[in-house]
Amino acid sequence: MGVTVGVLGLQGDVVEHLAALRAAGADAVEVKTRADLARVDGLVIPGGESTTVMKLLARFEMAQPIVERVRAGMPLWGTCMGMIVAAKDVAGLDQPTLGLIDITVRRNAFGRQNDSAEVPLAIPALGSTPFPAVFIRAPWIERTGPRVELLAERDGHGVMVREGNVLGTSFHPELTGDHRVHGYFLEMVREATKVGKASPAA
Amino acid sequence: MAEKGTLTVKRGLAQMLKGGVIMDVVTPEQAVVAQEAGAVAVMALERIPSDIRAMGGVARMSSLELVQGIMDAVTIPVMAKCRIGHFAEAQALQELGVDFIDESEVLTPADDKYHCEKAPFTTPFVCGSRDLGEALRRIAEGAAMIRSKGEAGSGNIVEAVRHIRAITDAIRELTLVPKEQLVARARDLGAPLELVQEVAATGKLPVVLFCAGGVSTPADAALMMQLGAEGIFVGSGIFKSKDAKAFAKAIVDATTHYADPKTIVAASKSLGLNEAMPGIDLRKLADSEMLSSRGV
Repeated sequence: MGVTVGVLGLQGDVVEHLAALRAAGADAVEVKTRADLARVDGLVIPGGESTTVMKLLARFEMAQPIVERVRAGMPLWGTCMGMIVAAKDVAGLDQPTLGLIDITVRRNAFGRQNDSAEVPLAIPALGSTPFPAVFIRAPWIERTGPRVELLAERDGHGVMVREGNVLGTSFHPELTGDHRVHGYFLEMVREATKVGKASPAA
Repeated sequence: MAEKGTLTVKRGLAQMLKGGVIMDVVTPEQAVVAQEAGAVAVMALERIPSDIRAMGGVARMSSLELVQGIMDAVTIPVMAKCRIGHFAEAQALQELGVDFIDESEVLTPADDKYHCEKAPFTTPFVCGSRDLGEALRRIAEGAAMIRSKGEAGSGNIVEAVRHIRAITDAIRELTLVPKEQLVARARDLGAPLELVQEVAATGKLPVVLFCAGGVSTPADAALMMQLGAEGIFVGSGIFKSKDAKAFAKAIVDATTHYADPKTIVAASKSLGLNEAMPGIDLRKLADSEMLSSRGV
């Protein structure tokens, strides 16, 4: 049975994620409202600006419904901005977040735009071929909670993590033609749908 | 090995800004207001376009002290403008570490023949365009993002509509042209054949397309998004309105839910009776007062 994955469409590189999810075999839809959210089996929060999106989530009353769905088992993947939005804490800033994964992130930790870079990244969970990781004003993961699995590091800093049904990456797999991380997330969604926890209310 | 300043990371930052509003600011305090309202980036400049228009004279790159102050005040990306063709201003902005350089017709051009060669820079550039030929020439020079020129500081959306329609209509038409005619199209557009072929094959620009020049209300933003802009630049429209905070937030909301008239109503109502910036009838401007004809 196919699964439907949503991409939060308030701001950011939404269509890139939709295209990559479709290429990886999912039905993918944009999620702009609570009604859209109710129809998906998993959610991607794309790249974008975290301060902007946190404000929009609050203004359009989307934060609480997302938190409730994820706590009930719906898989969530945040890329860059999305990981910041999902994190428990942001180092050095009093920035509100959804607190769905027990990590502390540091924003723009690799630098401003001039330090944005493409890096071949070792991700053992995806096999031995390095992943073409695109970092843009990227955050790193400064602290991981006891239940958080560190899936990849760049220069000794965490850049990919998973805690149960929540996945976070500092980089942007949606900007490359390599859909292995999208495939990995899709497996998480299929798994959760099988268990039945993540199915939208009928 | 980490590779910096690649096409992917330069174009990529523009992709991260999609669906958002980039606001002109002239002080760190205004930058904070913009960030609080939900701006995805700010454009640091010395005077906003309507003041440049009113005061006349030569408009140059901002004081770098001011740009630095704005970079220190906010966590969102900071853009800054250089004059068309003034690659030394661009080098200084890159050295300072701004996130994006706008080679802008709003400032007085430094070179009336050539734009900056943008490809060798690590910092990405955004450039204004009135039509597809201009857009593709800027991309050929290395621009990582295109915006309509519109008519900055006019409070009049008509030029932005004309430019976005010209670009999107020309793209649509190219997708229908038989392959063997693309060389002639490239000649007519004054653009490199490879880019014309790419646009004909994909039906879109290879970089993000924003709207700029004349957005002053939430409905203006919604109009431009529905016409195919992927995001909005607002210059004078916010800090020349009667209530900058309210206008900034309302334009962000309307950009987010541009296809939902309910949101446009709520955003417009949130402004109360506060007026948008005053507008100018562009038909009454002399050719020499039009900014959009600079640097084609």
